[in-house]
Amino acid sequence: MRGPDVGWYVAVAAFLFSTGALGVLLRRSPLIVLLSLEIMLNGANLALIALARHHGDVDGQIFALTVMAVAAAEVVVGLGLIVAFARGRLELDVDKLRFLRG
Amino acid sequence: MADLLVWLIWFLAVFACLGSGVAVISFENPFYSAIALIGNLASLAVLYLLLNAEFVAAAQVLVYAGAVMVMFLFVIAYLGKRADAPWAGGPSIQTLAAAVAAGAILVEVIAVIGLASGDRLSDEASVGAAFGSPAEIGAVFLTDHLLAFEITSIVLLAAAVGGVILGSEPKAPPPEPEAPSGVQGTGEKT
Repeated sequence: MRGPDVGWYVAVAAFLFSTGALGVLLRRSPLIVLLSLEIMLNGANLALIALARHHGDVDGQIFALTVMAVAAAEVVVGLGLIVAFARGRLELDVDKLRFLRG
Repeated sequence: MADLLVWLIWFLAVFACLGSGVAVISFENPFYSAIALIGNLASLAVLYLLLNAEFVAAAQVLVYAGAVMVMFLFVIAYLGKRADAPWAGGPSIQTLAAAVAAGAILVEVIAVIGLASGDRLSDEASVGAAFGSPAEIGAVFLTDHLLAFEITSIVLLAAAVGGVILGSEPKAPPPEPEAPSGVQGTGEKT
């Protein structure tokens, strides 16, 4: 394979995953928390595709496509919840969203 | 020569990927964060192309950087600008603990993968030109992984129905929550 080894790709995936984890832990706005979750899922996807290349087997790419579909579903439900919060005049701050009574 | 070019593209893509990842979690304005995430997804698609995953790269650009991010941007525009200063007020205990936890995750992942793989990650399998092509992905999806394919469609259908229900206006005004006894009951009696 031309270019760097698969191990370097996996290292980049680990960096990406921990960046997303930092965002989830640090940010208060649920929108940014969702965006950070996307970064974490993409780090996992990069590791899956890199290891699929390592084994020469497309099963990892199939799993990555499934993860993308599940991420799209998660975004739909998460954004629906955020819009419902905003419509209910709730403050968009994960530290203050302690009651989900609607 | 081609090897050098691949290394150069790899460095550019990794720099864009990690830089825009940090930008996503550090912008105050969620609109800028979403734009940075689009850059992150596009540079990840470049990395997927370097890993012979053509179909996944195309799906990443179409589905993620296209459809999902458009949805994000619509919701951010609907909510209006709500700044959320991530670094305001100096480092608090919570900020420090979050940084330590994220660093611990990074060290754990790299240590576990390094210990488990040794140096085996440097000799990858040789693949043909059809590896990761739409034809091969489709063939595998419809033979070996047909169950995953069908379950994915059901998950997407459930999410679509859930999104419509969450996003629709309530038909009738919701019933008044019962007033806690002895706290708010004085308004009507007097």
